[in-house]
Amino acid sequence: MKKLVILGGGTAGTIMANKMSQHLNLDQWQITLIDNDPVHYYQPGYLFIPFGIYGRNDVAKPKRDFIPPSVEFILSKVEMIEPDQNRVKLEDNRVIGYDYLIVATGSHLTPEETEGLTGPGWNKNIFEFYTGEGACRLQKFLKHWAGGKLVVNVVEMPIKCPVAPLEFLFLADWWFTEQGIRDKVDLSFVTPLPGAFTKPKASQILDNFLDKKNIHLVPEFNIGSVDSENNKIVSYDGKQVEYDLLVTVPTNMGSSLIERSGMGDELNFIPTDKHTLQSKAHENVFVIGDATDLPSSKAGSVAHFQADILTENLLRHIEGLPMLERFDGHANCFIESGFGKGLLIDFNYDVEPLPGKFPLPGIGPFSLLEETQMNHFGKMMFRWVYWNLLLKGAELPIEAEMNMAGKRR
Amino acid sequence: MPTREIAGKQVSLDDDGFLVDATDWSKEVAQVLAQEEGIADLTEGHWKVIEFMRADFAEKGAVPTIRRLNKVGGVPTKELYELFPNGPAKKAARIAGLAKPQGCV
Repeated sequence: MKKLVILGGGTAGTIMANKMSQHLNLDQWQITLIDNDPVHYYQPGYLFIPFGIYGRNDVAKPKRDFIPPSVEFILSKVEMIEPDQNRVKLEDNRVIGYDYLIVATGSHLTPEETEGLTGPGWNKNIFEFYTGEGACRLQKFLKHWAGGKLVVNVVEMPIKCPVAPLEFLFLADWWFTEQGIRDKVDLSFVTPLPGAFTKPKASQILDNFLDKKNIHLVPEFNIGSVDSENNKIVSYDGKQVEYDLLVTVPTNMGSSLIERSGMGDELNFIPTDKHTLQSKAHENVFVIGDATDLPSSKAGSVAHFQADILTENLLRHIEGLPMLERFDGHANCFIESGFGKGLLIDFNYDVEPLPGKFPLPGIGPFSLLEETQMNHFGKMMFRWVYWNLLLKGAELPIEAEMNMAGKRR
Repeated sequence: MPTREIAGKQVSLDDDGFLVDATDWSKEVAQVLAQEEGIADLTEGHWKVIEFMRADFAEKGAVPTIRRLNKVGGVPTKELYELFPNGPAKKAARIAGLAKPQGCV
C-alpha cells in the first residue's frame, strides 16, 4: 500500500481528505489524516459570536463527521516531521511513514509576540475574536459594556481573513446602534497598513465606508507594546492610542510543529511554490491553506480554490507527469458591513478587487465591491454551504481560477 | 519615469523614488538616498541593516520584513525604528536600492 498523510483537519486538510479519497484508488492507497483537536470550527462564524448572532454550537462540529470513512483519522499531536526520512513522529513516539505528505497545519494567534499584550489587561479589557473561546469571552464583555473607546488593532501582517477586523467594526457600529449606545462608543481601526485594506481600489472604497460609519482610521501604526496600566497601545516610533476596550488581532504564525521540524520561515510558514503548491524543499511534500508562505490571503476560500489545483497536481505527480495546474492566488470574500448588508470581493495575485457582478457576469446575484442585502444573505447562507458542500469537496459553481468576465476596471 | 543624476550617475527612479535598476546602486547612491530620507550619515548600524537586506534579497528574491530583519538579521525592531524613523521597512529598502516592500494580502 502507498501512503498519503495529511497533517491538519481544518478547512484545507478536510477538503483534501475528501477529494483524494474520491480520486485515489483505495485498493492501492491508504490515506491518513492527523490532527490533535477533535472539533472542527467554522472560523468565519467567529465574527458573529461577540454580537450574539451565533453561539459556540453554530461554529463547532466533530471533525470525524466530515472525514470520509475510508480515511484513517488519528487524533494526536505530531511531534516532528522528518521530510528527509519521509515520516512523521507522533507524540507517543509512533512513527508514520508516507509516500506523499500534505501539510495543512494552518496558522494561529501568538499574542505573546507583542510586549504587554497578554499582561494584566488580557481578557479583562483586551480581547481577540479569532478563536471560539476568545469570541465568547468578548460576547460576555460586550453585553454589559456601557461604552467608551473601542480600538481594533492589527498587530502585523499577514493575518487570517484580512477583512475580518473591518467587518468586526462595521458590525460593532450596527450593534451599538441597536443597543442605543452608539453615541457613547468611539470606534477606531489601528493598522500597520497605509489604509483599510491591502489592495488599493478596495482600500479606497473601504476607507470611505469607515468614514461614513464614523470609524476613525489610524494607518501605519506598528504596535511595539501594550501599556495595560494606562490602557494605551504604543507604536515602535512612539505614537500612542488610548483605549477602554482593545480588540486585538495578534501576530499570526504557522504551527510550532513547522518550527520544530525546521521547515518554516520566520513566521513558521512553509516556503511553497505559489503556483503548484509543492514545498520548495521536498518534492513529495505539498502545502495548502494558511500553512503556506504564499502572497495570497489566508482564508477558507483560498484553501478551497487551492484544493482543486492541488488535487490535480498531486494526481499528476503520482503518475510521474508534469504538474499543469497553476494556482493564481484566487480569493473570494464576503464582507459583512452591518445593518443587514454586505460587500463581496473577488481577486487574485495580479488582479485587485474590482466592481461588477458575481458569479454570473452581468447578472449576479452578488455585486462586487457594492453594499447589498443579497451579499449579506450570501454570507449567512455560506455557513450551510461550508458544512454541507465545501468540506466534502463537492463541486461549487465557482471556478478555482479567477474569471475577469463581469468585472469592470 | 524620472531619471536623475545621483552621485554623478544617471539613475532611473519609480514614482515612489525607488531604484528601477538594482545595478545602479552603490554606496554613494545609498548615501544620497539616505539624506533624502532625513538620515544625514549612514552609521555602522545602518550599514548592517542595508547589507543584510541586500544579501537576503539576493538569496530569497524578496525584500525582508521587519520581523525577518529582527529574527534572521538580528536587528531589534526598536533599534530599527531608531535607525530609520517613520516606516523603517520602506526607508531601508529604498536606501538599499531594493524594490518597495509589497503590502501583504
